[in-house]
Amino acid sequence: MTAADGTAVILVIAVTIYACTGLADYGAGLWDLLAGGRARGSRPRALIDTALTPIWEANHVWLVFLLVTCWTGFGLAFGSLMSTLFIPLSLAALGIVLRGANFALRKDAARAGARHLSGWLFGIGSLLTPFCLGAALGGVMTARVPSEGVGDQLTSWLNPTSIAVGLLALAMGAFLSASYLVLEAHRRDLVALRHYFRVRAGAAGAAGLVLGVAALVALRADEREMFDRVMDRSWPLVVVGVFGLAATFLLAGRGAARGTRITAAAGVAALVWTWGVAQYPYLLPFQLTIEDGAGAEVTQRWLLAWFVVALLVIGPALLLLYALDQRGALGEDDG
Amino acid sequence: MGDLIWAAEPAQLLPARSQMAFTLMFHIILVPMGVALPAIMLIANYKGLRHGDSVALTLARRWSHAAGLTFAVGAVSGTVLSFEMGLLWPGLTRKYGDVFGLPFAIEGVAFFLEAILVAVYIYGWQRLRGWTHFWLGVPIPFVALVGAFSIISANAWMNTPEGFTVDSNGQLVDIDPIDAIFNKALPLEMAHFVLAAYMAAGFTVASIYVVGWLRGRRDRYHRLGILIPFTVAAIATPAQFAVGDSIARWLANNQPTKFAAMEVVTESGPDQPEILFGRYDEQTNTVSGGIRIPGLNSILTGGSRDTNVTGLDTVAPQDRPSNVDIVHWCFDIMVGIASLLVLLVAWFAIAYWRRRDVPRSKLFLWTASAAGALTYVAIEAGWIVTEVGRQPWIVYEVERTSDAVTQADGVWVSFTVVLVLYAVLAAGTVAVLRAMSRRWRRQDVADAAVPYGPRPAAPEPAEPGPR
Repeated sequence: MTAADGTAVILVIAVTIYACTGLADYGAGLWDLLAGGRARGSRPRALIDTALTPIWEANHVWLVFLLVTCWTGFGLAFGSLMSTLFIPLSLAALGIVLRGANFALRKDAARAGARHLSGWLFGIGSLLTPFCLGAALGGVMTARVPSEGVGDQLTSWLNPTSIAVGLLALAMGAFLSASYLVLEAHRRDLVALRHYFRVRAGAAGAAGLVLGVAALVALRADEREMFDRVMDRSWPLVVVGVFGLAATFLLAGRGAARGTRITAAAGVAALVWTWGVAQYPYLLPFQLTIEDGAGAEVTQRWLLAWFVVALLVIGPALLLLYALDQRGALGEDDG
Repeated sequence: MGDLIWAAEPAQLLPARSQMAFTLMFHIILVPMGVALPAIMLIANYKGLRHGDSVALTLARRWSHAAGLTFAVGAVSGTVLSFEMGLLWPGLTRKYGDVFGLPFAIEGVAFFLEAILVAVYIYGWQRLRGWTHFWLGVPIPFVALVGAFSIISANAWMNTPEGFTVDSNGQLVDIDPIDAIFNKALPLEMAHFVLAAYMAAGFTVASIYVVGWLRGRRDRYHRLGILIPFTVAAIATPAQFAVGDSIARWLANNQPTKFAAMEVVTESGPDQPEILFGRYDEQTNTVSGGIRIPGLNSILTGGSRDTNVTGLDTVAPQDRPSNVDIVHWCFDIMVGIASLLVLLVAWFAIAYWRRRDVPRSKLFLWTASAAGALTYVAIEAGWIVTEVGRQPWIVYEVERTSDAVTQADGVWVSFTVVLVLYAVLAAGTVAVLRAMSRRWRRQDVADAAVPYGPRPAAPEPAEPGPR
């Protein structure tokens, strides 16, 4: 394994972590949007708010890490991706601004009207970003991003596979967040909300299953070679993914916090790696390999070293945050 | 050939440069609040704990909330920038990603760490023990410095690109990302920016309380609200004056074209006048109007009127900065504001030394109330000087901005969307900060929830205290 392979693995790990955490944040935005009128939606919204507040910025940084690692390690591919997928990636950035800013602002917005509008924009942003990121991924999988020049700016992400993958990303986020929220409700003994989010987790899971099948069917019609690679190499991962997420649903219903998080992470990771394994050794199927697209070897080695440092630094900090949070040392401050 | 390429400027260049400039200039407003405000808030926190000063603690606590909000908005606008590096300048990341990308990975981690520590600090006010809480906050300004270091390093690299060699085929060889990080422009640019951040945060926070002071709210809360941040800014300001002077002289030797544009030096030679403002004509390479001080530019650059200064005549027209007037005017504005702030700080120092209090003079207070905004104008102007002054190069004398720009369609659309969106975002942020401030003003200091107190038995009402 070369250093460039190592950087590629880091990228897929970053995608995995972002999918486990960030995607769930987007899902929470979807449930916030669908919670109904001010009175009816106030209780689920309050739960969503408490669950998201201390962690969303940290979760979000994985995307930044992903972007900068991509351009440092694989500048060539990054340039091609950003040129061809200009529209969906611009829209994803737009969604990030909408949701991040409005989530931060709405807590302190003075008037109910402003708060309501802010919440609405937060929800829209939460839909836009995962869909666009998923659609962009679909464009990569179906070999629509050329390594030189600019590919078709519309069909590269508005094609059956992209749309199915985009919707699948949404459904996965919705499923994950609903499952986590079942746990949050359980921890707080909120029986009605526990049931509320359990129903939603089931619905999102079912939708995700249908969309997953749809994505595979679309991929088969769109880019047969990639479909064959999924079927030949990564079908065990698909199975693990589906079982992992099914187990997540069952465990969340029982309020088994640790178990739920482990199975959810395993399920999502398996699905992300389904793509990673199928695409290896290509950065841009089937034109640019990791080897050919890699930047300088020395930079790859520094990136790997820095990744280790990052884990050593961020790990303890995250543990501190979670430990203080679990001990009840952190709380909303009205000062 | 060079002329031909220059004439056929890609259609995406103008909107891409506009969008990048706009989003950077927006983001840079939030940066001082992430880099320097935590330090100011910790000073107040320390003072509060050391002397049992509840007013200082209240200030620290409120500043931490403002820092938290601007940090969150900055997280978002910073993410947009990392998208834009590829969306707008794929030519840069394609070719030089492995040379100068590493500091951005460092920044990612620093930012992550800062996000966690800020969350701990803000949500730790109620229930953590005082000194535990303080010490958990202490790393924040240092982590913020690491973040600022990495971003400034990448920008400094664009000014003095190092860590690679271009071979005879135009390929990059001998890449060394560590050399790229520690490039020549880094030390001064870093010092200049960090001092600017401390000045901006200090003067801005102080100016808010100066306004309250002018409106007659002359209590201890406002007094400390002025003195703590103003002192921080007052220490940074003279240092900044010295650093700024060093950078200008450094530029005269290392980026002479940029320096020539800053000072509108048209013809190389000794005895250069200092020209304030005026208009530059690129057709004839002359300056009309403005105020001329004979010989001063040569004296400032090298200590005597005989000092040779390189002029714009040494570079071909297509290699000159795209808008000399903008660079020159922004430089003059920045230096003008800095000079004014040095006077303001001297006044403050003398008055405080004599009376240990906020100066009484109305003129001082009016100027101080504008000092925050003025510092921001200077920061924006300085940023324009360094970015527009480097043009037409995205990587100085190695890659042209027009060669790095995207070939994708739709940049005008994205720029328009960004304009509208950021306007709304700015309005929202300001509205929320003002709402916070109004809510705080309604709370009598004594009635506010006590920091580090026991956990409240029941949820508190949203707005305690008298209306």
